[in-house]
Amino acid sequence: MPEVTLKIFRGDREGGQTADYQVPVSPGMVVLDALHYVQKHLAPDLAVRWNCKAGRCGSCSAEVNGRPRLTCKTRMDSLPGDRPVTILPMKSFPVIKDLVTDVSWNYKVNKKIPGFKPRPKTEWKMRQEDVDRVQEFRKCIECFLCQNVCHVLRDHGKHEQFGGPRFFVRVAALEMHPLDGISRAALLKNELGLGFCNITKCCTEVCPEEIHITDNAIIPMKERVVDEFYDPVLKLVRRIRGEKSARE
Amino acid sequence: MNGKYETHEHDVLVIGAGGAGLRAAIEALAQGASVGVVSKSLLGKAHTVMAEGGIAAAMANVDAADDWRTHFRDTMRGGKLLNHWRMAQIHAHEAGDRVRELEQWGALFDRTEDGRILQRAFGGHSFKRLCHVGDRTGLEMIRTLQDRGVQMGIDVYMECTVTRLLTDGDRVAGAFAYWRENGRFVVFKAKSIVLATGGIGKAYPVTSNSWEYTGDGMALAYATGAELMDMEFVQFHPTGMVWPPGVQGLLVTEAVRGEGGLLRNKLGERFMQRYDPQRMELSTRDVVARAIYTEVREGRGSEHGGAFLDISHKPAEYVKRKLPSMYHQFLELADVDITRSAMEVGPTCHYMMGGLRVDPETAACTVPGLFAAGEVAAGLHGANRLGGNSLSDLLVFGRRAGFAAAEYAKKQSWPALDPAEIAQGEGEMLCVFERQAGDTPYAVHADLQQLMQNLVGIFRTEEDLKSALTGIERLKDRMGRVGVPGTRMFNPGWHLYADMKSMLAIAEAVTRSALARKESRGAHSRLDYPKTDATWGEQNNIIRRHGSEMVLEQSPVPKMPAELQTLLAEEKGAGA
Ligand SMILES: Cc1cc2nc3c(=O)[nH]c(=O)nc-3n(C[C@H](O)[C@H](O)[C@H](O)COP(=O)(O)OP(=O)(O)OC[C@H]3O[C@@H](n4cnc5c(N)ncnc54)[C@H](O)[C@@H]3O)c2cc1C
Ligand code: SF4
Ligand code: SF4
Ligand code: FES
Repeated sequence: MPEVTLKIFRGDREGGQTADYQVPVSPGMVVLDALHYVQKHLAPDLAVRWNCKAGRCGSCSAEVNGRPRLTCKTRMDSLPGDRPVTILPMKSFPVIKDLVTDVSWNYKVNKKIPGFKPRPKTEWKMRQEDVDRVQEFRKCIECFLCQNVCHVLRDHGKHEQFGGPRFFVRVAALEMHPLDGISRAALLKNELGLGFCNITKCCTEVCPEEIHITDNAIIPMKERVVDEFYDPVLKLVRRIRGEKSARE
Repeated sequence: MNGKYETHEHDVLVIGAGGAGLRAAIEALAQGASVGVVSKSLLGKAHTVMAEGGIAAAMANVDAADDWRTHFRDTMRGGKLLNHWRMAQIHAHEAGDRVRELEQWGALFDRTEDGRILQRAFGGHSFKRLCHVGDRTGLEMIRTLQDRGVQMGIDVYMECTVTRLLTDGDRVAGAFAYWRENGRFVVFKAKSIVLATGGIGKAYPVTSNSWEYTGDGMALAYATGAELMDMEFVQFHPTGMVWPPGVQGLLVTEAVRGEGGLLRNKLGERFMQRYDPQRMELSTRDVVARAIYTEVREGRGSEHGGAFLDISHKPAEYVKRKLPSMYHQFLELADVDITRSAMEVGPTCHYMMGGLRVDPETAACTVPGLFAAGEVAAGLHGANRLGGNSLSDLLVFGRRAGFAAAEYAKKQSWPALDPAEIAQGEGEMLCVFERQAGDTPYAVHADLQQLMQNLVGIFRTEEDLKSALTGIERLKDRMGRVGVPGTRMFNPGWHLYADMKSMLAIAEAVTRSALARKESRGAHSRLDYPKTDATWGEQNNIIRRHGSEMVLEQSPVPKMPAELQTLLAEEKGAGA
């Protein structure tokens, strides 16, 4: 079997460096399989976070040869075989150990978002066409890869002022739910700092669920904020039509 | 008590943050209890997230003739009548309300033409009954419950593993756990505990289950004196991936067959004709799994030892819309475009029908203050579970467990913790660091998996099962000597050491029950007793701890009231 060298980050909050491991590559092998090989045979204490190994739980995110990926969906044969494969933890979150990072910040942001609240006297009927666009957002597996690449977090560290693409997707899912009855425009503008996003689309490029984060979630949400706060006529029209308002 | 440990107190402690645990926590909170939820992984990553095909509830949105009676009958027949009839009845009654509740909490299911929740066909269900979201129903469910719980303010202890239940006399008093991140110990004090820790699939090498499925809840409760029931019934799902090696066992959802997928052998025959000509591909899982296994054994298998599952006769767009995850899974991991060619599939260890013996109304275990719901509990599914009946199980019995645990807590004073038990909990976790690392938990785990696959797999014999028991004893000895290099900081070798203790206890229970049941029924197939035996049909196998011995005895299957017997005998429905 051909062998490949993995350069894996070993370390913790205090720092660390990559270490080399030789791993035999079998057909169809993914990066997570290679990491498991290292655990089984070479470094039993190598810290890796994973659950499903099927691209469904979003636990196994890391940076493979500089690209943020799900390690369970990255085939070894998709990487150049003649060079070592470098595997580093996600950069935007503090390292706990090796490839495991502290993603608890995301759970804190999520708590700020008011949940689904049905309109009064809702009849529980919805058409598939109206549900389709929200279902796209509901595919999110919370791998936080989009958070990891967004420069507002990665380079500018605005974790306090900015919610990040994952949570714009979440708010969009709630706002576009056909039966939801509250507005989160003020939240987007203020607490989640939607204005910091300058539509670079890096988040969309890495999303393993192929959610069109920028086009389908962020841009409509930006429009909603504009309507809500800067366009009084549109706001009035909406009022009259009985649509949502930020101050309800 | 000992101030050395981080300690948390809750009226109700829920162990497990999958569908059952979260639903229990939501209910206990709604009853005014203070609730803590502990889970081995991050919130939202529990096994439930992987569920694909759907959730079964007789809502009759698509097939107007469906009702709870038919759902009850299908569940009982699928379980070969070993189910607890009352659990099956409650489940069939309440599943619809639990699904509607999810919708009211924000879940978005696929819709019918007239705007209601769409339902699809599944093996063993007489009608189109599975509410679904494409093939990612579990994700929708866990996200909805997670959001609901977060809005209500549950305390979640993520990446925290319970290694021992604590007791006060004969009642439960709390749990001993460690933080995966730094290895520090933590003690939970609670008036009641809901176990919702899921199944045991990691005892087998070819499985659709994640690393979390090491049977912890069953082993923890067993150690505390609770009874296990029907442990021989391990479901092998007929369609797991077989190639390439890295993805062996990964699930291919039954929805593929529900949407019209056909099974063929290498000769191109639709072999289900030989095993269940009436229901063909939509027969129950036990039958289809044995059929594929038999085709392979008799030389009619595919190149990598499976069968062919083909959906490519349906329009490509339809396949991509109804089975998007399967489409991507095969394209990305196996280089197969399922809209053009067939998938190679074979049986994979999938679900545990057996587990903790519970009271049907309250989900109470046989130890005071301990409750159990979801895959960790036994009774609803009997000898074989129908697809879609697990997600509904989680909601129906998760809610009941949460309710009963909160009620129980209201009536109880705080238990006292026993420092000696806590010290034992600490000792058994730390001793491995003092040993020379020779044999590793990884090696023992791999050997246990091989043993279970070879000797306690789909087809069983007395000889194999006996040698499995000897083998398990040897592995226990080895576990007593393994060492773990490294520190307590996020150390997977150490984590596996903790999990192995559960897996060995559970493996023994499965093997002992399988050995005792001298018949074939549902998921349990004995080559030396190939027939179903009416006497065994009236017995559940019960396991409990007696000192350090595992003892097994039979207990009569609870008798069904006359009106349900009549209902069951009616000819409508999918057949036995
Ligand atoms: C691939 C796949 C697809 C499936 N599809 C379907 C389907 O379509 N329909 C259906 O009805 N069923 C399906 N099932 C079955 C169903 O998903 C599971 O049976 C169900 O989700 C189990 O839920 P649960 O709440 O019991 O446990 P889980 O969701 O597994 O949650 C268990 C929880 O317990 C925690 N835990 C375990 N041990 C400990 C410990 N020692 N300390 C602390 N926490 C612990 C875990 O961290 C986790 O949070 C599928 C299963 C698989 C594997
Ligand atoms: S589009 Fe916006 S949210 Fe996405 S990466 Fe760029 S700045 Fe961040
Ligand atoms: S939006 Fe996409 S990239 Fe971001 S967390 Fe969700 S699945 Fe991951
Ligand atoms: S392990 Fe679940 S997404 Fe990779």
